[in-house]
Amino acid sequence: MDLLRFITAGSVDDGKSTLIGRLLYDSKNILIDQLEALEKSTKNKENGEVDLALLTDGLRAEREQGITIDVAYRYFSTPKRKFIIADAPGHVQYTRNMITGASNANLIIILIDARQGVVEQTRRHSIIASLLKIPHVVVAINKMDLVEYSQDVFNNIVIDYRQVATQLGLTDVTYIPISALDGDNIVDRSTKITWYSGQPLLEFLEEVKIDNDINLTDGRFQVQFVIRPQTDELHDYRGYAGKVISGIYKGGDKVKVLPQDIETTIAGVEVAGKPANEIFAPQSAVIRLTDDIDISRGDSIVKIENIPKVSNELEVLLCWLDDKPLISGNKYLLQHNSRQVRAVLKNVEYKLDVNSLQRQPVDGNVKLNEVVKATIRTASPLVYDGYETLSENGSAILIDETSNSTVAAVLIKQ
Amino acid sequence: MSEYHLNYLEQLESESIHIFREVAAQFEKPALLFSGGKDSITMVHLARKAFAPGKIPFPLVHIDTGHNFPEALEFRDWLVEKVGAILIVRKVEDTIRQRSLTEPKGKFPSRNWLQTYTLLDTIEEFRFDCCIGGARRDEEKARAKERIFSVRDEFGQWNPKLQRPELWNIYNGRIHKGENVRVFPISNWTELDIWNYIRHENIDLPSIYFAHERKVIEHEGQLVAISEFVQPAANDVVLTKKVRYRTVGDMTCTAAVESKAATLEDVINEIIATRISERGETRIDDKVTEAAMEDRKKNGYF
Repeated sequence: MDLLRFITAGSVDDGKSTLIGRLLYDSKNILIDQLEALEKSTKNKENGEVDLALLTDGLRAEREQGITIDVAYRYFSTPKRKFIIADAPGHVQYTRNMITGASNANLIIILIDARQGVVEQTRRHSIIASLLKIPHVVVAINKMDLVEYSQDVFNNIVIDYRQVATQLGLTDVTYIPISALDGDNIVDRSTKITWYSGQPLLEFLEEVKIDNDINLTDGRFQVQFVIRPQTDELHDYRGYAGKVISGIYKGGDKVKVLPQDIETTIAGVEVAGKPANEIFAPQSAVIRLTDDIDISRGDSIVKIENIPKVSNELEVLLCWLDDKPLISGNKYLLQHNSRQVRAVLKNVEYKLDVNSLQRQPVDGNVKLNEVVKATIRTASPLVYDGYETLSENGSAILIDETSNSTVAAVLIKQ
Repeated sequence: MSEYHLNYLEQLESESIHIFREVAAQFEKPALLFSGGKDSITMVHLARKAFAPGKIPFPLVHIDTGHNFPEALEFRDWLVEKVGAILIVRKVEDTIRQRSLTEPKGKFPSRNWLQTYTLLDTIEEFRFDCCIGGARRDEEKARAKERIFSVRDEFGQWNPKLQRPELWNIYNGRIHKGENVRVFPISNWTELDIWNYIRHENIDLPSIYFAHERKVIEHEGQLVAISEFVQPAANDVVLTKKVRYRTVGDMTCTAAVESKAATLEDVINEIIATRISERGETRIDDKVTEAAMEDRKKNGYF
């Protein structure tokens, strides 16, 4: 059994909460007391039906305002897979939350209201999916019950969305006609949408291949923590703990420590205190080296066959996530996995319109939810790959040193 | 499937270990909040793995309500000894006395809420800048929205509207003086994941997690053990039942479930078969108001 993380994106009223409620409900992941609480809170409503959307409503503040404030995580599993849903709100102003939820996702479900077709929000969500390189896209065309299960309506939306997908370079896109409210094509095949021969949504989620999404070729490892027990029996032990970002490592491998630029050999690899033959992404592991080198948190141990870039001048796409605007020339902290360096934002070249992907001149400061192309200079060099080729080693955040807030998502260009 | 493949438990384990290491590296004085329940026991197991062959580089902190199951305390001391960790115990009883707080009354006098005072005092006493907690996002609505690194202000309060975006696997634990961070390494685990992992790793648990005979009374459909803290009223019928616990909290606010499960295998099978969620089944205090947890979290609760 493996693990699939996905995010659901849709505009307000596209039925996103109903869809998630339906997935949880139909896959029998809602338990009796949760159902009871649900029925209790539905009682005051007029039609008396259980409102699945309420299952995913979280905080009282949200219920009072009838909105979703933040990304919520939901869990369910079937005999085939465990699923983690990042449930991101659809409001325009919450692009920030969608980026948060999408950054770890293997897959995105983009909901389209069959009556509305492809709208501005659809484009925005798709652009974020393409910027963040989410490997798999499902376009769930919802509310088919309200368009009499029409194949023409479905086909026209598919034609429209294909244009978006082509423009954005989304290659793995699957289209499913559903009615979340009635459960059509969610868990069971719809008896009303007879012209659709593909898989229902859950079956697709269970079977979509995600193994190849992990890069096992390029050896990348960043040191998180140095383990030095300094006990009598482990007097000289020095283990570099971290997560294998990509690739495979084993004892005897020739590696390079960056940015120090020192070549050495792996003495041994360990997982949870036990020697292992090999370690691979995304394992948390320990590497021991044959030579005594001064290595600390944030340094990289990479395989010599294929070396990442080492530079203190970065071309980046920035998604601005803070209420305070970005001010060109300001200093920030840049955190790349576990490495924190001081950084200065040098040059904001252009703004990317997240509705059209058009480049626009930047007038004034960069505001919340805007995406810009910029140059960053760091105080000491960063060891990275381009986000497009190896996202796990090409992503970073910016931290405002005065507020300590995470103010930007950084996608490093090649 | 390739040999370079992690199943879901291995993926969850790897993620949790990564989080533990971030905590150890980013904070000066972290502590692991240890309740004695299966989630904290699993966390200790994960923390050992994260720093092996070294020792866990932070103390375990037990906020003791004084309403514990004796089996849980015994187990706690045994575990601390086994892993060679440092244990810090601070008692709610002492806080009540020092701060002249009012003890909750009633038949099930839960000190659950008062724990917050002791916790905040303990954080101040030791100047902890990070407290590692065993909360899971599947437990409860408010928790579903909390970050893995959750910043609390100097009053320990959580502000759901002002959470830092948490992207990729990059954790920003920077704080101002007086603030602290609650970190939840097992956020993405469900109850069943925990049980499956316990079975897979052969993790020892206190005996009360398995079926045993106990004198109980029935309260609104839930079974509550008779103890020095909970005495039957005149109209209560005291029954002897075979029960186990799904969660281990205070004797005053943790209900037992009828069970014949003597082994981990049995427990897991019962959990798969059961259709009542963990908190609903075993927490007497959560039913009070729907927003109970949201309120407690905002006030600095775990």
